[in-house]
Amino acid sequence: MATARLSTHRVVIVGAGPAGIRCAETLLAAGCKPILIDENRRDGGQIYRRQPEGFTRDYTTLYGTEAAKAKDLHQSFDRLRGLIDYRPDTLVWNLTPGQLCCVSQGKHSTVDYDALILCTGATDRLMPIEGWQLAGTYSLGGAQIALKSQAVSIGHRVVFMGSGPLLYLVASQYLKAGANVAAVLDTSPLGKRIGALPKLLARPGVLFTGMKLLAQLYRAKIPVHLGISPLQVLGDAQRGVSGVRVRTAEGKTLTVECDAVALGYHLRPETQLADLAGCRLRFDEASSQWWLATDEEGRTSVNGVYAAGDGSKIRGADAAEHAGRLVAMALLEDLHQPVDAGLRDEQRRALALMDQFRLGLAQAFPWPAEQAKALPDSAIVCRCEMISAGELRRTVSEKGACEVNRAKAFSRVGMGRCQGRYCSQAGAEVIAAAAGVNVQLVGRQRGQAPVKPLSMLTEEVSP
Amino acid sequence: MTLQKADVVIVGGGLMGSATAFFLRQRGQSVILLERDQIGQYASGVNFGNVRRQGRFLGQLELANRSWALWKRLPELIDDDLEFIASGHMRVCYREDEIAELEAYAAAPEAEQLDLKIYRGAELHQRFPFLGPDVKGGSYAPHDGHANPRLAAPAFARAARRLGARIEEQTEVAEVQKVGGEFTVTTTDGRQFSAEQLLITAGAWGQKLSAQFGEPVPLDTHGPQMAVTEPVPYALPTVIGVYTKIPEEVIYFRQIPRGNIVIGGGYRSKPDMLNRRAQVEPRSILNQIQQMRRLLPGVGNLNIIRVWSGIEGYMPDSLPVMGRSGTVDGLFYAFGFCGHGFQLGPGVGDVMAELISTGSTRTSIEPFSIRRFALSAEQRSKAS
Amino acid sequence: MKGRFVRLAEQGRPTVKLTVDGTPIEALQGDTLMVALLTQGSALRQSEFDSGRRAGFCLMGACQDCWVWTRSGERLRACSNEVRDGLDIVTTQPEAIWPLHG
Repeated sequence: MATARLSTHRVVIVGAGPAGIRCAETLLAAGCKPILIDENRRDGGQIYRRQPEGFTRDYTTLYGTEAAKAKDLHQSFDRLRGLIDYRPDTLVWNLTPGQLCCVSQGKHSTVDYDALILCTGATDRLMPIEGWQLAGTYSLGGAQIALKSQAVSIGHRVVFMGSGPLLYLVASQYLKAGANVAAVLDTSPLGKRIGALPKLLARPGVLFTGMKLLAQLYRAKIPVHLGISPLQVLGDAQRGVSGVRVRTAEGKTLTVECDAVALGYHLRPETQLADLAGCRLRFDEASSQWWLATDEEGRTSVNGVYAAGDGSKIRGADAAEHAGRLVAMALLEDLHQPVDAGLRDEQRRALALMDQFRLGLAQAFPWPAEQAKALPDSAIVCRCEMISAGELRRTVSEKGACEVNRAKAFSRVGMGRCQGRYCSQAGAEVIAAAAGVNVQLVGRQRGQAPVKPLSMLTEEVSP
Repeated sequence: MTLQKADVVIVGGGLMGSATAFFLRQRGQSVILLERDQIGQYASGVNFGNVRRQGRFLGQLELANRSWALWKRLPELIDDDLEFIASGHMRVCYREDEIAELEAYAAAPEAEQLDLKIYRGAELHQRFPFLGPDVKGGSYAPHDGHANPRLAAPAFARAARRLGARIEEQTEVAEVQKVGGEFTVTTTDGRQFSAEQLLITAGAWGQKLSAQFGEPVPLDTHGPQMAVTEPVPYALPTVIGVYTKIPEEVIYFRQIPRGNIVIGGGYRSKPDMLNRRAQVEPRSILNQIQQMRRLLPGVGNLNIIRVWSGIEGYMPDSLPVMGRSGTVDGLFYAFGFCGHGFQLGPGVGDVMAELISTGSTRTSIEPFSIRRFALSAEQRSKAS
Repeated sequence: MKGRFVRLAEQGRPTVKLTVDGTPIEALQGDTLMVALLTQGSALRQSEFDSGRRAGFCLMGACQDCWVWTRSGERLRACSNEVRDGLDIVTTQPEAIWPLHG
């Protein structure tokens, strides 16, 4: 293959979060000027989401122990934004080989690429619970965004439920900000955390921070329950959430009054664009979900398409920064450009520790697959289309649908506006349990365009 | 290895194959249906869902009428209504001179049962106030309507199974042989099925099998371009399609009671036949958005939330291949329905079952005979 | 409850005036539409398929739960749009208003 000239090689990065920013920074340092497209108006992604202009809270208030990292990331971006082709407020809604379809302010245009680096990040991962469609139920990430980006609490009295480090982080952030935290309800029992300690020690600093958060909650006398089984979000159709009912580890029923529930089980990657590009995905056993299949450095199965960060493998924001640098170097190497071997090795070493750590997280805070089987038939699986677990199960038993896309065609689970982001994985678990097969065999929802809803007012911009 | 025998083996589990299996069982014929992937996975499951008679080749209306009578009886036949609603179908045009063409069609004797009514000008916009000002006229078919294509073939297959048909999914045909009076079908996993009669309903792959029996046909494959909006209050029961000679203008939409508006047409894509997938091209979506805004001005306030495509087989004369083989006794075909087979499905099943089990059918299907390609192939080979 | 969301900080911002379901409300500059509506009320829209009200879910533009309408029929995702003076928002879906021609 002929050596591509760096200056004429059109490199496009999708996503201005930690992975995309470090990738752009590394490419820029090597003399490449990438296009960086981001859906949001401001850079930073989710965990390092910037507050709107005119807000006054300092970095420590906003990002706690991660304040220094957040500041460094934002300042890095501020330095490079004028030197790259930065296109915020732009959604990549579709693509064909070598060309992205973008929409911004209601106008569609195309962006050609020779190399595409997907840094599309993640969303919360949800397991339905009876009543979770009631107004006042939010994702953990959503609860965090409300606070960080808008300085509001999602309710007057908030229950945090689910599992994963985010559960404790957001609850303690709410506590510090003066919100009313009613309880923290973790589905993972203590034993799992202890069992995962050896892996979690791969990143002792992070582990320690996690323990400090827990201590803060205990000190503030916030009820924290481990090993719970979620039963129901209580409330009514008009007013929304009024409480949460769970079964404790000791087998007792516990009801907590609240007007908001923040729910989540760690993260799931946004792989729709990679799917549309034809990239292969692989099933990650440890977290029991489908990730992008990439090599160690971020090359996907499609020539010219790369990926980094939580949009590819869920390893957190720190890993995203390292992966962003590493994938930039992979591209440079593929273009026969010189690469700083020391910097590359540094990223690889850091990521190896993070791989260990994330295995520990998956062990300490497991995806509660068994809850899918336990869902009552009346529980809603698909919030967009209001399809119940019972209806989904009937497509398995009555129509023989043992695969996600087939079950979607019959039941409508995943046909709504969110395109299965919040229901499809749990739906797969429901199907797997009903069909008596391993969840991997049930497959995953095929990504389709538009990646997010596309307005019918969209107009084409002439090139 | 054991040989499974039946009166009829059907290759291809789309709507045509599943419906035929059902009707054959009703006539007491034993049936084995072999489907490489899942029932109704290709053209049958991804099409627009139009249950439409008007606009068809006039020589196809007899078949369409027979099928329409079955659509009405689906709950009684297969215990599933496939969400069929006879809510009316309207073919509209943007040019005054096209109204005469719609009138000519409506006046044809073959179209009598359709009870077509022509609308134009003020009367049209009064009756259908949601249509854009560019619409000049239209032909309204009160008894036509729409249904849910994703449900159709699977429902027929389940009904066939309940009657005792043997349906094998994930079963790929490796080889078909005719020895003596029997067809033997060998699958890639080494199983064998045989029957004295063989029906090919393999859709876009039909020509692979017909070619094997010396009857190649010029089948082309395309991916329909489908889009759907978010749900909005149900206000548009009539299925609307544009009658025009300009390909990009040929779009159609239908609103389902849940509120989503399904949109199709404009362009077609080239499927990836190796991986059996088809994409929706971005230009299709953009064209549909533009065309819909012209046809249905209020639609601009909606979002498209999903698109999909599939694989359909087309013939150059826009007519399917249906009927007896021209060369081999006991061999039958029903494939290549050119993107307009959905409404015909129950009728095709019923006709093919009648033909296969009695030797003839009362419904005219001669225009669809595979022999029409043999003649032109002969002419071509003589010329070269 | 009057408002679902509770302001915890950043209250010293200029105000923005908009209308929600015919009632004039005041929000703060930099508020998303979602925050503006939910600090004063409890829901953003009606669920299509049951009697439930909806108030958003992910706040990051992924769940598509928080779409609202303007009185003229425009669609806005409440979590990713900031308030502007003069916005006229409705939280129940306007009837499909298909234009009349004559």
